[in-house]
Amino acid sequence: MPGTYIPSEYLPILIALMAATAIVVGGLLFGSILRPRRPYPEKLLPYESGNPPVGEPRERFSIKFYVIAMLFVVFDVEAAFLYSWAVAYGNIGLYGFWGMVIFIVIIFIGYAYDWKIGALDWKDANEDKDKDKDTKEG
Amino acid sequence: MDFALTLGIIVIKIAVVFGIVLFHVAYATYFERKIIGRMQARHGPMEVGPHGLLQPFADIIKLFFKEDIVPSHADRWLFYIAPAIVVISSMTALSVLPFFEGFVIADINIGLLFILVITSISVYGIVIAGWSSNSKYSFLGGLRSAAQLISYEIAMGLSLVGVILMAGSMNLSDIVKAQHQYPLGMFAFPQFLGFFVFVVAAFAETNRAPFDLPEAEQELVAGYFTEYSGFRFALFFLGEYIAMLTMSIMVTLCFLGGWTIPLFMTNALPFLSYVPGIVWFLMKVYAFMFLFYWIRATLPRYRYDQLMAIGWKVLIPLSFANVLITAFIMRWL
Repeated sequence: MPGTYIPSEYLPILIALMAATAIVVGGLLFGSILRPRRPYPEKLLPYESGNPPVGEPRERFSIKFYVIAMLFVVFDVEAAFLYSWAVAYGNIGLYGFWGMVIFIVIIFIGYAYDWKIGALDWKDANEDKDKDKDTKEG
Repeated sequence: MDFALTLGIIVIKIAVVFGIVLFHVAYATYFERKIIGRMQARHGPMEVGPHGLLQPFADIIKLFFKEDIVPSHADRWLFYIAPAIVVISSMTALSVLPFFEGFVIADINIGLLFILVITSISVYGIVIAGWSSNSKYSFLGGLRSAAQLISYEIAMGLSLVGVILMAGSMNLSDIVKAQHQYPLGMFAFPQFLGFFVFVVAAFAETNRAPFDLPEAEQELVAGYFTEYSGFRFALFFLGEYIAMLTMSIMVTLCFLGGWTIPLFMTNALPFLSYVPGIVWFLMKVYAFMFLFYWIRATLPRYRYDQLMAIGWKVLIPLSFANVLITAFIMRWL
């Protein structure tokens, strides 16, 4: 087909992917012939130091890093921009340098603001209320 | 015919690489136990074969014969596929790594980017394993893994930008060639900031001590794979050790000159240029693998808010500074 780009250099990766899948699936199937299977209710309980499990494992849980998780998306995209810039850097001269300096300065204003408002800190939702009770170590 | 021949060569290369890597992984577990044993003034495995040399095979055979327990109320399908994601992604990453001059399965021009992309996918396997196990320890391990990813990933990506700047390419073979032409022979010297950031991030990426928070055995039993047993348990280990090997190879290729040695060394001692490149390559990779064991035996574990603070308040500014300084020096000096 004229005009159709076939990324043939990626074909080995696809084959490697299939080979890796074959190794994993083959190992699991081979193991399923060899291994015993004698389940009983106590064996299937989630491990909790030998006691019957208490409560639900998937209860609601304050992860405390959701602000950082959102910032992560922004910064990761910025890192991706820097990659293509870095490859082309030899050809884009002074314009390329100052362009990226301005880009990084803008990022850094945002980054400094995040740091200042405490978005990068470990935030406890109740921290402000019971700050005196909270004994923080190291 | 021509296509069949190309295909045959690719398949043989993949078989060779996977075979060698799986063998290395088996013995990486052995040497880890031996080296850490020696560092703690004990012998490590000694019973199976001379000096315990057959221990890895005994372990593999044992794990094949162990029952595969799926806990009740586990999310069965997610529980099944989680270890497969970890192993398949880390094995696929091997396909773009050059081992010596001209030997690489897939010579793509964005090799470095591909490595970063595909190694990040294994985190999904860990998070899915933690979620699907229906166990509190696994759940916490999975959450910590997510926290860890958003802490080091950006710094890791940015630390390599300096290398790309100096090499002008994302092809890993080209990066090695660029280092060979560079006077000092290794990007670890001019890129010492990037090198430092990348090494720290590599320890976090592979979930190794001091950043082995998702599996912290003293706190979380075994973290995300608490509920796994038998061969699926082995798959997580396989994935982790292949990731360690991949990271060692990445450090070797991007910062330590890959299969080349600095020109001033071959000028001073000409006979060194007759040593095959794969020897230098393996020496560097093994040295970095040793660093993994050494640090595990030496350093205590960080808390994950500490890891997050290191990632966001130290490593990211450092790697941004590294990018700017490298670009400035390349433009004007």
